[in-house]
Amino acid sequence: MAHRFSDIEHLLRLAAIFIAGIVLFVAVRAVLVPDDFGVLGHYRAGAIEDNRQRPLVHAGAEACGECHDDVVASRTGGGHESIRCEACHGPLARHATEPSDQAPELPDAASVCLRCHLPAVAKPEAFPQVDPAEHAGNEPCDACHAAHAPRLEGS
Amino acid sequence: MPTDRREFLIGSGRVLIVASGAAALALKHVLAGTPGQAPGYAVDRHWWAMAIAIDRCIGCGNCVRACKSENDVPLEPLYFRTWVERYHVPESDADRPLVDSPNGGYDGFPERDQPDDRFKDFYVPKLCNHCAHSPCVQVCPVGATFESPDGVVLVDKDYCLGCRYCVQACPYGCRFIDPRTRTVDKCTLCYHRITRGLTTACCEVCPTGARALGDLKDPSDPIHVFLREHSVHVLKPQLATGSKVYYAGLDGSAR
Amino acid sequence: MGIEHLLSQVEGFMYPNEIELQWSVLIVLYPFITGLVAGAFILASLERVFNVVEVRPTYRLALLTALAFLLVAPLPLQLHLGHPERSFEMYLTPHTTSAMAMFGFVYLWYLMAVLIVEIWLDYRRDIVLQARAQKGALRFIYRALALGSDNISPRSLQIDDRVGRIVTIVGIPSAFLLHGYVGFIFGSVKANPWWSTPMMPVVFLFSAMVSGIALVLLLYMFVSWIRRTAIDMRCLDTVARYLFYAFLIDFSLEMLDLVHRIYEADESFKSLDFMVKTRLFGSQILVQIILGTLVPLGLLALAQVVRLSDRARKALYAVAGVLTLIGIFAMRWNVVIGGQLFSKTFLGYTVYKMGFATREGLLPAILLMVLPFVILAVLVRLLPPWPPTADHRESA
Repeated sequence: MAHRFSDIEHLLRLAAIFIAGIVLFVAVRAVLVPDDFGVLGHYRAGAIEDNRQRPLVHAGAEACGECHDDVVASRTGGGHESIRCEACHGPLARHATEPSDQAPELPDAASVCLRCHLPAVAKPEAFPQVDPAEHAGNEPCDACHAAHAPRLEGS
Repeated sequence: MPTDRREFLIGSGRVLIVASGAAALALKHVLAGTPGQAPGYAVDRHWWAMAIAIDRCIGCGNCVRACKSENDVPLEPLYFRTWVERYHVPESDADRPLVDSPNGGYDGFPERDQPDDRFKDFYVPKLCNHCAHSPCVQVCPVGATFESPDGVVLVDKDYCLGCRYCVQACPYGCRFIDPRTRTVDKCTLCYHRITRGLTTACCEVCPTGARALGDLKDPSDPIHVFLREHSVHVLKPQLATGSKVYYAGLDGSAR
Repeated sequence: MGIEHLLSQVEGFMYPNEIELQWSVLIVLYPFITGLVAGAFILASLERVFNVVEVRPTYRLALLTALAFLLVAPLPLQLHLGHPERSFEMYLTPHTTSAMAMFGFVYLWYLMAVLIVEIWLDYRRDIVLQARAQKGALRFIYRALALGSDNISPRSLQIDDRVGRIVTIVGIPSAFLLHGYVGFIFGSVKANPWWSTPMMPVVFLFSAMVSGIALVLLLYMFVSWIRRTAIDMRCLDTVARYLFYAFLIDFSLEMLDLVHRIYEADESFKSLDFMVKTRLFGSQILVQIILGTLVPLGLLALAQVVRLSDRARKALYAVAGVLTLIGIFAMRWNVVIGGQLFSKTFLGYTVYKMGFATREGLLPAILLMVLPFVILAVLVRLLPPWPPTADHRESA
């Protein structure tokens, strides 16, 4: 028996090494591939939950309204009602969760207004654009306009 | 009137006032497409998209700033999950628009042009298009990026090798390598927010409603009206990526 | 380099995320190295399968060269990855829609089932003889290489020969696959018009053959010079002739691609044309086309049509070989780097600033190109390629 295979014995040894390698690979793979891989598609299903687990940085205007309903009410009809709070007040999730945790800074009237309203050729024509020098002789915007309800009587 | 009946009427009146107030609030949330703090989020009940109205974008840059703060994006001018481009298209040569995006529009746009009838100017907000047939998902060698069952293309940061093949494969330039994690990063449609009934950070702060999150599986979502009533485009339609960011009023010169 | 400096070098408009290049010189190295492997192997198989006996003196040298370069091939990729420790994921969960995922398996298949087996089968007799003759640590090494077997009977060698032939036959499409898929990695990216073409795998493959044959040609001349042995001119002339044929095909394919682009002039053409004429002019026109293709082609053609002395031919082949290698490297550079220099908006260009002693800089690139020669030197000591033919095969 040994003699019959002695001329290909070295090839059999090579084949044995290959087979051992494949078996080892399959075994290692079974251990290392995450359990939830391939359940929903070719990815680790847990990654969906990982992407959900970010802390919120913006609270969302509804959260603001839960405490500041007076401000929400005061904005109706004023022209800025569709603008959500954090567009001007910045991210406030920490404040919404625990008000003493984050003291919201009141935005500086001049810069926050001009950010949107400064004239620019690329802005849509229908959008109100105001040159502060022409419009009000460089007076600060809040001299006449309330930021929450900027529409003036008779306009 | 007997006291207990009056008390009952007053009591139930109070309850009714509070209940209707709460119902009104809830209704407003529902009408806005945000069902409040829904505890159980069903992935198969949503198919997320984004609607962008070019004729409303004023290039204020609120979206770029909000995104960077919400998603902890590096502040250098090389890494953006969303950015705004400004187009200056000459009438005589619409093939060669002058485009700029200073720091991605993070600080808005310094005005440099006088009004000139020979040019067409507008802003185009950009973000990941969350393609239904995404080439970036196709080329990932290990399955570290994928489209979730609710239509958002996400990255598995613990699995990504940082080979950058997906960055090469994206036709829209919306991916980058986060230098801190050395893995790929990109717009996730604020997945952590939209699965909690909130809207994306960029839509939250957009003052003109130029950007609006949409849920194509929700029949009452305003995006259906948007798609019906506007001339709608996607970027690079010839590449058939199944892009789900729909632009209304997008000029042909936009890249 | 500073971000401000990089931004100042951007011309026109690029998507902000495109400004910094994603794939560096290391990704240029990878196709260059695997190309050398595929080309050297094809040359070796010319003798083994197609019985081009004239090139037999280069057979073993070509195989060892292929092995030395194949061992180094994954290294530039590992240095490039953001997380090289996760690279095994390509074996665990390969995404079958990704050409890059196939890398792990094609590489492993080619290394283990083709190249190493073929080398082992061809050298086995010498290995066993050395195992018997050596002492100490070397004896152990040779015994391990022989897998503990001591049988070199004529019949076992005959079987080896037959199995080796089958392995080579399987190896030829495997070599095509090893480098063809690299071309497909680029060719299948629809987002990038510089890369996206069905011709890419074919162009890569033929340029790989050109570079591999040129490398073995140069190595054969170098090794003969070092050993002060005579060069078999019939062998050298044949190798040079195959280099010439492969180069002709490669050049034709690249010209076809170019002519096609110019003719169709699609939306990307103006932007790409401008790039080639400016930022890519040096590496594409001067180095790749003129210095790296037209000159060596001319020299090789000259050797075919004019009767030259042995000395003149050797000098000509040496120059042509070196220029060829430079040209094929430039081709890889122009594909990889060139494909990232222009914006997908077709409105702008950026620059590639290669660092020096950084993880993906010039220094690691140089070291990675030197390493295969070091490995080859070790292999040549361990498994001398001369005499180039094992006696058993001539008697079989």
